[in-house]
Amino acid sequence: MASVRRLAALFKELDDQLIACMRCGFCQAVCPLYSQTGREADVARGKLALLDGLAAEILDDPAGVKERLERCLLCGSCAANCPSGVKILDIFLKARALLSGYLGLSPTKKLIFRGLLARPALFNRLLEMAPRFEAIFSRPVDELLGTSCSRLASPLGERHFRRMAKEPFHRHLPELNTESGASGLKAAYFVGCITDKLYPDVGRAALKVLEHHGVGVKLPALQACCGIPALSAGESRTFAQLLAHNLERFDPEGFDYLLTACATCAATIKKMWPIMAVGLPPEQQEQVRLIADQTREVSQFLVETSLINGEAPADQGNGKVVTYHDPCHLSKSLGVEHQPRRLLAANPEWRLQEMAESDWCCGMGGSFNLMHYELSSAIGRRKLNNITQTGCSAVATSCPACMLQISDALSQAGEKIAVKHALEIYAESL
Amino acid sequence: MSAKALIREFEAIVGAENVFSDEADLLTYSYDAAELPSQVPALAVRPQAMEQLGQVSALCNQEGLPLTVRGSGTNLSGGTIPQPDGVVLLTSALNRIREINVPDMYAVVEPGVITAQFFDAALAQGLFYPPDPGSQAVSTLGGNLAENSGGLRGLKYGVTRDYVMGLSFFDTQGNLIKTGSRTVKCATGYNLAGLMVGSEGTLGVFGEIILKLIPPPATAKAMMAMYDRAEGASETVAAIIAERILPATLEFMDNFTIRTVEDYSQVGLPVEAAAMLLIEVDGHPAQVEEEAAKIEKLCQQMGATEVKLATDAAQRDKVWEARRAAIPALARLEPSIVLEDATVPRSQIPAMIKALEEIGQEFKLTIGTFGHAGDGNLHPTIVFDKRDQEQAERVTKAVDTIFERALALCGTLSGEHGLGLRKVEFLKNEVGQASVVWSRRLKAALDPKGILNPGKVIG
Repeated sequence: MASVRRLAALFKELDDQLIACMRCGFCQAVCPLYSQTGREADVARGKLALLDGLAAEILDDPAGVKERLERCLLCGSCAANCPSGVKILDIFLKARALLSGYLGLSPTKKLIFRGLLARPALFNRLLEMAPRFEAIFSRPVDELLGTSCSRLASPLGERHFRRMAKEPFHRHLPELNTESGASGLKAAYFVGCITDKLYPDVGRAALKVLEHHGVGVKLPALQACCGIPALSAGESRTFAQLLAHNLERFDPEGFDYLLTACATCAATIKKMWPIMAVGLPPEQQEQVRLIADQTREVSQFLVETSLINGEAPADQGNGKVVTYHDPCHLSKSLGVEHQPRRLLAANPEWRLQEMAESDWCCGMGGSFNLMHYELSSAIGRRKLNNITQTGCSAVATSCPACMLQISDALSQAGEKIAVKHALEIYAESL
Repeated sequence: MSAKALIREFEAIVGAENVFSDEADLLTYSYDAAELPSQVPALAVRPQAMEQLGQVSALCNQEGLPLTVRGSGTNLSGGTIPQPDGVVLLTSALNRIREINVPDMYAVVEPGVITAQFFDAALAQGLFYPPDPGSQAVSTLGGNLAENSGGLRGLKYGVTRDYVMGLSFFDTQGNLIKTGSRTVKCATGYNLAGLMVGSEGTLGVFGEIILKLIPPPATAKAMMAMYDRAEGASETVAAIIAERILPATLEFMDNFTIRTVEDYSQVGLPVEAAAMLLIEVDGHPAQVEEEAAKIEKLCQQMGATEVKLATDAAQRDKVWEARRAAIPALARLEPSIVLEDATVPRSQIPAMIKALEEIGQEFKLTIGTFGHAGDGNLHPTIVFDKRDQEQAERVTKAVDTIFERALALCGTLSGEHGLGLRKVEFLKNEVGQASVVWSRRLKAALDPKGILNPGKVIG
């Protein structure tokens, strides 16, 4: 147990947070994974008990705990519904970092994170080449969704994956700096990896909307990933590099808001950056704090600044039907729910029809989808059923990662339903 | 039999993917929601079909392995904490509602069905399943039966026991035993369901359950009454009952709970009030109107400083939001929480509230008291830090004293959480040693090897 003792000492730091769980088990009601598997180790209470077990040295299986800890979408449904207010996501991310530090990263993850993700220029160049090869390895299955499936056995398995954009967003628009217009506001824009590489139209829609409302935009060149994949993998080193890279490019003095159209990037910057910045020099901690304060998802910004009408939509009669999926990182992490719906209401062509369980996780969970595709798809099918039951012709959401997952589910089912970002629907009306 | 051979035997019954023997998985079945030490079992199994329940119990009996059935593990008295050498039987895969019979107003369910999901399914058919334990969003019906769970609606609608028309269960030989029927009346054979409900897994393993459903109330009205003396609130409870009115819910909150809830959720509660009642009447609209008006008057007569009637659904939600916030609000004050459920005849509520205040002072502990005043089932809630050993010891002593005082008031050790592990030693104080011995003889006859959830209820 000597080595475990060292780990236990590290986990003691989490003790004050772990002790807050009273084991009521209410997280079982809202956990998308537990609803599929019914296994206690898959729900927050079980995972917290495992971490407690390591800390108290009654469990000598850090690898087993790590494996179970990684079976989690990090959707935050448990934290949002926890009667004791346990900071579950903070605990899980810190624990992943501790366990990865203790057990080490797999060589593949090392390559991906340290060799690739931490080096944005290289990451961009490599992925720019990808579309050229994509046609060789995959065949299109759904033109409406822009999905493909693999021609050959591939690590992507049965997925109907979204094809890489022919022109990533950073190629279309490497940088930008416009003066503020009628709004008198200036915003920095954080693109995010999935928008950049797979859904550049979302980035274009966001900039069109901001221009329409007279918001000056600062788009720094060569932005790095927000860091959530590294955090999820417990890869603190890569996260620190990505954070440092982004801090060099985003100076909070130069803008009033930092905006993004990606729910996950928004939640990471606003919630996780400050937590993970502890240990940085004071001036950088202050910079992170300022940036976090200024960070908004675009719809949240538009409603908060009254640039669009914040009222509930009137009856929209005969428009085409669109339904809305609440991304976990927006609804549960940031409490943003009505704002994106206001964007949809602003386009008279569309009529919002709510789906059942609109805030039930789509099952993506970033790398969870890569590591546990079957579970991820099973959760996705629940979302699929709720979407199709609305009779909609489009499903809107506010997170490109959810868009990927929902596209896969719809494409697999052969459903002809378009997947759009709420901003795209709003931008169509301008 | 070697451990490996034994695992293979269980795998042959439930399938390899439904037998858990990893240390990490087993740790997650070592606790429930009670503030008690956890105990890691030797094995956990998850049957996929009802007949496997019997096969698992027979195998456990043959090998002399302690068997603890676990639903969602939300027990507040340690009833689901297993034996270190024992097997945990998970009912989570047995979660089908087999039938909701509208003309005959009953339902047939498997033990792993979630209470709230069953409530919703019944309501979708225009029927009502009243028992609403605090954990209903996650608790299982099998667990509710095992604990004879109550809830907010106990006063008017009764508890789980009142809705069990029949059930089947497996004995330690794996035989299927049936009792009760799908009929309103049934005078056939022993009322074994009466024995099994509340037996906390010590007498058999529940299979199919037949539950009574009733027509839902047509309408409901909620209100809040504030008092500057706690006695005013308990006198109101007595006055309402004396007026022959049975509210669907009649909840009490003391000053400490009111302040904590207000700090936590800012629902607009008067923090200076000594106590408050949250009341809901339901039924035919005319009756609801009349009863609500009578209750309002009674509250005022008993010295309520303010009575607020909810005039629409949003205001009604606001009333119950305050009550729902009680546990989360108290839970955030300190890391640990003990939620007690010793219950007294409702006329003794004032005496019990006074006793709880004295106990809080004697042991220098923070006790928030709220709960089901209408049926005498208060929930004194102690918040503390279990890492502080000296404080934890005082909590144990305080809880022991709560039991003593409740019994002295002709009350009972547990209104709805069960005895589990925590209250076993006090059973004789309530029912007498002869009753304990008789219960043990019954248990020994039905479970000679003592494998069914050993140590619970009767020790």
